[in-house]
Amino acid sequence: MNFIWNFPLFTVVLSLFSGPLCMMLKAKAARNYTIAYESVLTAMNACVLGYTLKTGSSFTYPMGEFPAPWGNEIRAGSLEALIALLFSVVLLCSVTAGYHFIRKDMDESKINLYFSVLNLMTAALMAMAWTNDVFTGYVFLEIMTLTSCGILIVREIGRTTLAAVRYMILNLMGSGLFLMGIVLLYDISGHLLMIPMRESLTEIVRDPAAVPAISMAIGIMTIGISIKSGLFPFYFWMPDTYGWATPTSGAVLSALVSKSYIFLLFKIYYRAIGIHVIEKTPIFQILFVLGICGMVVGSISAMHASTVNRMIAFSSAAQIGYIYMGIGLGTVAGFAAAMFQILAHALTKSLLFLTAPYLAEVSGDSLKFHALQGSARRDPLAGTLFSVGALSMVGIPVFAGFSAKLMFGQAAVLGGIHWRILTVLAALGVSSLLNALYFIRTLIRIYSDPDQSMKEPARKRPILDKSRIGFFLAGEVLTLLNVFLGLFSWMISDVIYKGLGMFL
Amino acid sequence: MIQHLLSNYEEAAAVILFGIGFTTLLFHRNLIKKLIGMNIMDTGVFLLLASMGYIRGRKAPIVENGVTDPAAYINPVPAGLVLTGIVVSVSVTAVMLALTVRLYKRYHTLDLDEIYVLSKHEKEDR
Repeated sequence: MNFIWNFPLFTVVLSLFSGPLCMMLKAKAARNYTIAYESVLTAMNACVLGYTLKTGSSFTYPMGEFPAPWGNEIRAGSLEALIALLFSVVLLCSVTAGYHFIRKDMDESKINLYFSVLNLMTAALMAMAWTNDVFTGYVFLEIMTLTSCGILIVREIGRTTLAAVRYMILNLMGSGLFLMGIVLLYDISGHLLMIPMRESLTEIVRDPAAVPAISMAIGIMTIGISIKSGLFPFYFWMPDTYGWATPTSGAVLSALVSKSYIFLLFKIYYRAIGIHVIEKTPIFQILFVLGICGMVVGSISAMHASTVNRMIAFSSAAQIGYIYMGIGLGTVAGFAAAMFQILAHALTKSLLFLTAPYLAEVSGDSLKFHALQGSARRDPLAGTLFSVGALSMVGIPVFAGFSAKLMFGQAAVLGGIHWRILTVLAALGVSSLLNALYFIRTLIRIYSDPDQSMKEPARKRPILDKSRIGFFLAGEVLTLLNVFLGLFSWMISDVIYKGLGMFL
Repeated sequence: MIQHLLSNYEEAAAVILFGIGFTTLLFHRNLIKKLIGMNIMDTGVFLLLASMGYIRGRKAPIVENGVTDPAAYINPVPAGLVLTGIVVSVSVTAVMLALTVRLYKRYHTLDLDEIYVLSKHEKEDR
């Protein structure tokens, strides 16, 4: 066994230990420790990605050396490694760039607790990327629910508590349905590990009488995850949750937490159930239609949003729609596009959530659109980074958003079913147009002349000073990765296709 | 249809409990009752798991009198899953209760709709 085989487990265990450790540290030490250990996490995930690409195959790590149908397993292929790498990079950037607001939003004595919850959440993120066992997936999904609620309520104002309660209630319904779904699947197949479960379901589905029961189980599970990740029509909780959280939490929740649920669902579809089994049920068609509805309705809601944070949050609903539409296409190209969209959206959305509050800070601490007028001139760095995010969301070439949209279009055309090609292309067009309408409108506003009636004099922030070095670096990293994804999308999609090949 | 339901009465009861809990969690306005609903929902799942793992005429999976033949015992995995589920359910309930206390201290009501209206009138600080 190669030493690298231990890395996936290390990432989970290290995060689990870091949680309690941060409780004992002081605020600043907890931050420095978190940044250091997340860098280690990033390095380990990068090693695993490099290793799987080099050997061209995935590896399975049996926990406690119990063989396949009995023990619990971790499995690492290129796709899992890519997603885990994305999680750790975005976490690292969110912590570095958002620390300024963490200090502002909460009591000095509670900052270490914030980091401790965040690290436990990292454990859940890593475990959900790596696990090969459906029930382990459920357990970490619940840990994710609890910790994501934890990073929401640290900002002690009434609105966040209310948002957290509503978020928790919806999430609990989602996890309840997901648990019911996997229990039914376990009832039918007799396995919890993904590969044995798929083999057993493949046998069972030959009998047409078993199909309704299996569709029912998959359907319940899918509804659970769609509530948790915010697919149309369950997206209404997003603006309150993301909009009122401290920026780091907002970025992590929208960019990573919802994506980790989708990735777990996709993994269960692909590995634990099998695409040929799902094709016997109407799940893909339903996801396709709901995804398209989400793309359009999310964008329309974003246009009516009252603050920039709510607008970004509603645009997440639209982007989640893209991902589900890609999965709903039911082809390998569609899945690859959905995975690419997970990467593109995580990098872009975290950038937007992290820069918007900096713009608000030079506009009298208001996120309302009229207050933000001219804010990019007062804070050129935040303005530039926000523009990168906005242009990527709209789908301007060079940025990641464009490549994602291109891949969705290609996947639809390759699918070869006429009504689907037309629907996807039309939906992409309408959604991009709506995106352009509200993001370009915001860009024009933040770059136009400052409102003379504003009480606060226009004080210009320097691009780089000592207190903002973390924000500068994190913003640059996210921008560079975004442009890299946009320019070299063939490289990333190559890794995704290889990963999908290793998935079975 | 009725015949099927009667012969699988444990599963039917589990699904009915799940439904009761789920609708309470979704539609009830009182936060405490929502929580009770969540616990009923989880109980439904645990009942389903426990009834699935039970095999008529066999014993609990604890080795007694040196009998190691697996055919003598019921399946232990569902029981393990129920235990895990109970732990998760307890911790979720604890967190939700803590949140409920915090909301009650601030708004002096447990009605979620009322809290929503009250919070709308608060000063928006960002």
